[in-house]
Amino acid sequence: MEKFTKITSSAVPLPIEDIDTDQIIPARFLKATTREGFGDNLFIDWRQQSDGTPKQDFVLNNPVYSGKILVAGKNFGCGSSREHAAWAIYDYGFRVVVSSFFADIFKGNALNNGLLPVQVSEDFLDKIFKAIEKDPDTTFEVDLVNQQFTISATGDQTSFEISAYKKDCLINGFDDIDYLLSLREEVEAYELKRAN
Amino acid sequence: MTLFDKIWDAHVVKELPGGMQVFYIDRHLIHEVTSPQAFAGLRKRGIPLLKPEQTIATADHNVPTKNQNLPIKEELSRFQVDQLTKNCEEFGVELYGLGHPNQGIVHVIGPELGITQPGMTMVCGDSHTSTHGAFGSIAFGIGTSQVEQVFASQCILQTKPKKMRITVDGELAKGVLAKDIILYIISKLSVSGATGYFVEYAGSAIRSLSMEGRMTICNMSIEMGARGGLIAPDETTFNYIKGRDFAPKGEAFDKAVEYWKSLATDEDAVFDKEYHFEAADIQPMVTYGTNPGMGVGVAENIPSLEQVESPANFKKSLDYMGLSGKDSLQGQPIDYVFIGSCTNSRIEDLRIAADFIKGKQKAENVTVWVVPGSKQVEARAIEEGLDKVFEAAGFDFREPGCSACLGMNEDKVPAGKYCISTSNRNFEGRQGPGARTILASPLMAAAAAVAGKIVDVREQI
Ligand code: SF4
Repeated sequence: MEKFTKITSSAVPLPIEDIDTDQIIPARFLKATTREGFGDNLFIDWRQQSDGTPKQDFVLNNPVYSGKILVAGKNFGCGSSREHAAWAIYDYGFRVVVSSFFADIFKGNALNNGLLPVQVSEDFLDKIFKAIEKDPDTTFEVDLVNQQFTISATGDQTSFEISAYKKDCLINGFDDIDYLLSLREEVEAYELKRAN
Repeated sequence: MTLFDKIWDAHVVKELPGGMQVFYIDRHLIHEVTSPQAFAGLRKRGIPLLKPEQTIATADHNVPTKNQNLPIKEELSRFQVDQLTKNCEEFGVELYGLGHPNQGIVHVIGPELGITQPGMTMVCGDSHTSTHGAFGSIAFGIGTSQVEQVFASQCILQTKPKKMRITVDGELAKGVLAKDIILYIISKLSVSGATGYFVEYAGSAIRSLSMEGRMTICNMSIEMGARGGLIAPDETTFNYIKGRDFAPKGEAFDKAVEYWKSLATDEDAVFDKEYHFEAADIQPMVTYGTNPGMGVGVAENIPSLEQVESPANFKKSLDYMGLSGKDSLQGQPIDYVFIGSCTNSRIEDLRIAADFIKGKQKAENVTVWVVPGSKQVEARAIEEGLDKVFEAAGFDFREPGCSACLGMNEDKVPAGKYCISTSNRNFEGRQGPGARTILASPLMAAAAAVAGKIVDVREQI
């Protein structure tokens, strides 16, 4: 996994609530057997007409917006557990998703792939959307080490939560399997205890 | 302690500072779509799958529901299903692939084979793993990275969810089914109302349900954001499990039942959140929007823009559904009917639909797909002659798989068409790009198939 400590970037606004993973990556694209390439089909039914022509009004088709941060309405990532959703967002080039609320499984999947979910208050989310509306090039600073999210232009700042373990994994680029494999003896002892 | 605490705490191998826990998994179910990258991970690390004997595989998401005896036509689907076969061979996992008498939707076959048992922890790379909670087990969906973790270590890292209890008391009215209970609950709590929680369903209305009905309820826990849902096991549960392939036999069964009886929430246990509902308030439900929380009783009006919290989202949703400006769904013409999915494709669901349509005909303009949840359900339906009933009514009785629930195979609803579906998700494009999904019970779906439009089934029985 790629290491993550700090990012300063502009952001792409997607002020829609309850965005489910079927929108992020529709089921018909889940036939691949590798993790790569899903970015091409990220939000595809919102990006394209059925004949493949781009929907001009969708934010990913608007050259004004760019950056490594995706800012979305509350309850982002609900629905299907498909990790392909996190892969697609990452593959497209995002490293951070900001929302006022995340669905559980999506949040876990994102963290397992080096994509940082940043949960902020409803008010702060609003401030972020307003800042982008005012200036699409405005930048934000995501500081994982100090767990701070800052609107660079105004200095407005908020802290965000992340488990100490997951933070450590992201900063060092570790994944859970390395850790779990190191526990083999403890797991065996647990199995033995339960069998009796 | 709550039932949930009892099972959860018994599966914690180790506590990490900051709330993370190493959590042990008793049974791991896998399918073709969310496992290939996890197998690739094992290969890359050069490590084995630790406990093949605790792992069961089936092919369900991608499979055609016609001519399953022939090679899969669609190349990518065939490749993915072949890949599963190869992976299972290489890593020693039992596979119920296409053509196997135990094949079917992963959440239908687990219970049906007796793999799912009270007190267990179960995971699968699929959010509707919550279905198995109907047996008093802790079951939830995971992502592919976690599938790989379970392969490698039989454990995953978790933080313990909070606890919610939803009690439904009283008797259901005629024509109101388990599906209506859960659609009603989700419409009250919203799609994020239970995020961060694990739900226990309780109360006399839940107790009186069959195992099939309980599975329908637990299945949709995820649709209000919950990690999972569970129901304390009782005689109904034990009777269902008894005699099934993977169930303990003879003395071992009696011993198991003794333990299973201890799996209940203590009287003085405290939940982080509680809800109470009355069964009498529930009518046959239909959804009008693009998430499962957007549901109403069939005789009720769709909320107006002024009544909702986020008018912009609401309008987007109703525009997609082509229902803006409509007061109610009654009389809404439909084009497709889908009776299937891990929510409602068990034998009981097929019996309910068949019973209703006996001697009736589907409306001319409507295409009806009945997709059994498993080979065993299919065989049983044929044994009982349900296939003949469906055929006589003009319904298309197909072979088992996820089918139009997510439209990964050919079973897609065309853009702009309306489908009344017994599945669990009415997201934009879920049943095919541009498809418009109305979620309902198998009884409501059967009634709509006959009428060619949404009708209140209570007036028909
Ligand atoms: S039937 Fe639908 S919800 Fe159930 S496992 Fe298959 S795709 Fe998922």
